[in-house]
Amino acid sequence: MARLLVVPRAAVEVDNLSMTYRKANSELIAVDRLSITMNVGEITSILGPNGAGKTSTIEACEGFRKPTSGKITVFGLDPIKDAPQLRPRVGVMLQEGGAWLGVRAGELLRYVASLHAHPLPVNELLERLSMHDHQQTTFRRLSGGQRQRLSLAIAIVGRPELVFLDEPTAGMDPHARRETWEIIGELRAGGAAVVLSTHHMDEAQELSDRVYILNHGTLAASGTPVQLLRDAAEAQLVVEFGGAVNISRLELAIPELGSAEARASNSYHFAVQSTPALIADVASWCARHQFDLRSIRAEQPTLEERFLDLTKKVVR
Amino acid sequence: MTLDLRPKPGAAPWSKRLIRHMWMELRLLSRQGEQLMITVFVPLLGLVLGSRAGSVLDTAEPLALIFPGIIALAIVSMAFTSLAIGTGFERRYGVLKHLGATPLSPQGLVWGKALAIVVAEIIQGILLFTAAVILGWRALPGTPWWAFLCLVLLATMAFAGFALLLAGAFRAEITLALANLLFVLALAFGGLILPSDRLPSVLAPLVAYSPTGAIGDGLRTVLLDGSIPWLQMVVLAAWAVVTTVACVRWFRWE
Repeated sequence: MARLLVVPRAAVEVDNLSMTYRKANSELIAVDRLSITMNVGEITSILGPNGAGKTSTIEACEGFRKPTSGKITVFGLDPIKDAPQLRPRVGVMLQEGGAWLGVRAGELLRYVASLHAHPLPVNELLERLSMHDHQQTTFRRLSGGQRQRLSLAIAIVGRPELVFLDEPTAGMDPHARRETWEIIGELRAGGAAVVLSTHHMDEAQELSDRVYILNHGTLAASGTPVQLLRDAAEAQLVVEFGGAVNISRLELAIPELGSAEARASNSYHFAVQSTPALIADVASWCARHQFDLRSIRAEQPTLEERFLDLTKKVVR
Repeated sequence: MTLDLRPKPGAAPWSKRLIRHMWMELRLLSRQGEQLMITVFVPLLGLVLGSRAGSVLDTAEPLALIFPGIIALAIVSMAFTSLAIGTGFERRYGVLKHLGATPLSPQGLVWGKALAIVVAEIIQGILLFTAAVILGWRALPGTPWWAFLCLVLLATMAFAGFALLLAGAFRAEITLALANLLFVLALAFGGLILPSDRLPSVLAPLVAYSPTGAIGDGLRTVLLDGSIPWLQMVVLAAWAVVTTVACVRWFRWE
């Protein structure tokens, strides 16, 4: 059987993008010769500490800001020059709402839906986001999480091919967060390109097909979450005791553990790949020497650790 | 519940977007007490009080004298004060940015707003003319109504441009303060209610060529004399051009 090679189709191509801002007498380089791609049918996460250039990059892709140099194409079009063609195709969820304070939630969503040719059914969308009971609530009185849900609804009500979600789950309760993740997954499954900017690493790890980590306006790392973790710092073995122990005895007895790093009280981390044999050795040694062993677990590095590692603040 | 989240993008027709936006603006306007206060109640109150103030105004027909000024006041309150404050806060809360990213587009936003102002002014006009007629006002025979409409339209453009200029260049709080301050100044010294030639002689020529003086004097020429205010129409047209150009140059969406 012939293998079908699916070449992902790019929704957004950022080529050698630089964004600089004039600030008094100095020039701030927010984005420095960045090249990234966001594909159709994929969730692309743009991660980075505050000031890494995420917002500048995303807003340039949305057509809100003009690149200082370099080129951005969205579905082969220019985000600024071809904005009239792109606006119906691109959904944008802004970080700080962007709504009249006196508008009612249902009224606002119906209004935005009416600007589109084939909008999602508004009632069902509100129900899906558990916003049905807040239809009559004015934007002023919506909580942070409710505003976020409404903003998400506004971004997707026009059935866009490309959705930019800026911190979509900030301020959401865990239920709303899960529901949002599900919706984002369905958007991808439906064939939309989703671009996510978030500070929640678990969110990026759970959802993304592709991750770009920015730092100081340049690309610090990129790849699938699995690839990024494969390159990450070593796995760790975490050993916890019920009381104080002399950990150096264990270190001497089982040299392959290396030296322990104390984290919480009576909890020690060893930078070593755990194997069943190693775990058995540690457990039986502790049993023989009356060490009050509570747990041994292998800890896989998380995207959060990888992120912190890649974007370490230089301490001056 | 299953929602079909497959992409199916497309914009509604231009006319539909425009009209939906106009409705949105009108609904929001009707909900804001403080805006209704200056756009509807202040002109109506001025009309009622002015019609009883013959001795203060030193005229036998206070209603006829004050009515054109009240219309001018209503235009300034709607196309300038209300628009400036509303737009200032829309910019501050990111509404303009957000709507600019929807199929409405920035142009649609501007035209939708313009349409909403025109409709709101028609409602103001109906209310004020009805009130004036009830109070005993009668139009002069042979009033050049086309000149009246022309003045209103030119003044609306000039003031709306000025409003957007303020709202697009300053912070919302500063716009709020300036819009109210200028409204009060225009009321007192702007030649709106009282003819510019009744003002102190230092101010009179300045005010005559200001947009507030031009709309006030222009409407008085139409409604009191029944003649065509060519000078005021030219002055307002010039202001409309100046404020529009300035707006295009200095307006910031964010």
